[in-house]
Amino acid sequence: MLKTEQAASLPAAQAETTPSRRHSGEWWIEQIIRGAGLSTIFIIGLIFLFLLREGLPAFVRISPLNLLGVRWYPIEELYGLLPLLVGSLLVTVGAVVIAVPLGLITAIYLGEIAPLWQRELLKPLIEVLAGIPSIVLGFLGWVALAPLVQQAGAPTGLTAFTGALILAYMSLPTIISISEDALYAVPKEYRDASLAIGATEWQTIWRVVVPAARSGIVIATVLGIGRAIGETMAVMMVTGNAANIPSLATGMFFQPVRTMTATIAAEMGEVAQGSLHYQALFAIGIVLFLLTFAINSLASMLIGGGKQQRSSQL
Amino acid sequence: MHMDPNVSPIIAIEHLSFTFPDNTVALKDVTVDIAPNQVFVVFGPSRSGKSTLLRVLNRLSDLSEGAQRQGRVFFNGRDIFSPAVDVTELRRRLSMVFAIPTPLPGSIFDNLAYGLRMAGIRDAQTIERRITRALEQAALWDEVKDRLQSSAFALSGGQKQRLCLARSLAMEPDVILLDNPTSGLDPLSTATVEDSLIELKSRYTIIMVPHSVQQAARVADRAAFLMGGELIEAGTGRQMFANPKDRRTEDYVVGRFG
Repeated sequence: MLKTEQAASLPAAQAETTPSRRHSGEWWIEQIIRGAGLSTIFIIGLIFLFLLREGLPAFVRISPLNLLGVRWYPIEELYGLLPLLVGSLLVTVGAVVIAVPLGLITAIYLGEIAPLWQRELLKPLIEVLAGIPSIVLGFLGWVALAPLVQQAGAPTGLTAFTGALILAYMSLPTIISISEDALYAVPKEYRDASLAIGATEWQTIWRVVVPAARSGIVIATVLGIGRAIGETMAVMMVTGNAANIPSLATGMFFQPVRTMTATIAAEMGEVAQGSLHYQALFAIGIVLFLLTFAINSLASMLIGGGKQQRSSQL
Repeated sequence: MHMDPNVSPIIAIEHLSFTFPDNTVALKDVTVDIAPNQVFVVFGPSRSGKSTLLRVLNRLSDLSEGAQRQGRVFFNGRDIFSPAVDVTELRRRLSMVFAIPTPLPGSIFDNLAYGLRMAGIRDAQTIERRITRALEQAALWDEVKDRLQSSAFALSGGQKQRLCLARSLAMEPDVILLDNPTSGLDPLSTATVEDSLIELKSRYTIIMVPHSVQQAARVADRAAFLMGGELIEAGTGRQMFANPKDRRTEDYVVGRFG
């Protein structure tokens, strides 16, 4: 109390130049929070350094032509990353194409159309879906989905498409709940305003609510992609693990592929530490890291644009 | 509670009651007629059911899931709750402006064109003509004519509210429902909005929840006093504010409570 009074009695100019002493408890709390925050950055830095140390030599020791080749065959010292990249791309793009529209529509249904009792039933169920371990979904895909895909006419059930389906299913809860939050955050006034001048409910949802929730929906999509591109086990089980580039002509989604993550997981156990193969696997890790980083940066750029627009609303 | 028998009412409300899902009674057995081309003011203390009454008239009250409604409302002689009524069309005829200005994300032009486009009007010339007219009627044209493509969020509070008014007017409705349209506006903007209302009543019927008793007295041709969801008294503006019949109306008008 006394301190405050003293501080208050100081002339204003002097009070500005000598910062008032803070309570020491507050100082400690601030330091702990700062430490926690900085440690995250520090750990990310360490991970990145480690990746670079283990993986960079591969880019020196393996000729660029070999790295860009179409064959991943470590026994013959062929380290072409292209089939793995294409594999990841196929599965991820497939998953996104399936999951984003489905997730968005589900979110719209949940948030805007469903009666209260359905909402209260479905929301916890979707959260349960998010909690299913990926290996269980992989198993499900292997036992139930793969035979269906094969029956549908694919040469084998274990294809990029099967992987995409499983991944889509896995990223759905994320996409649904984040999109739904974004829709929920759209001010009720927008809906009223639109309805009050005679727009239908569907017009209101499609032309006002969804555009207003755009940045949240973009976040949902990107997090969905992030989930899809990084997923390993389930994909490994259902994509057939053939490290070749599927031929474009004959339905490339319906052929076995191998993703970058699956390659690392499958081969890491068998390589000698420090060998060329080992370094090549870390090189894949670097590529994966850069890809994810690029996607996230793209997302924050898009979100940043959305934010600017939102702040101009005020 | 009835008006001049020579004019047929544009809106007739009969024994209207409205209860929210949490059992809050918003309206209790309200019966009143509203004549065309007048400013009809619905006033009363807060939570007396004024906004609910307005929202029932264009059936925005449909959005309150599980609410109970009794009684009937006739618009041009037709029961607005009959299954044959197209709610969207009803809302185009009875357009609403809210207490908080609600520009939609997008340009000034987009805001005004939105309702028209949603109503299926595609012709660019028609849209432009109706937008210009609506902006003139809302006394906003001179201020925004050079920047129709800039964001509606860049407007001032008073301009936003007049934009919302113009958005409703562009629909060329029969009735404009105004739920406290000048809350949060400075006196000058309030005066501009009030002036445009008085201009507008030659073409439209205006039903308005006022910001204050003073405002009600300034603009009302007829007024209804609501309290706790009940219609206490309705009459001409002159009578209601100078010589109310009911003791409660008088107490509220002179400021003994509220």
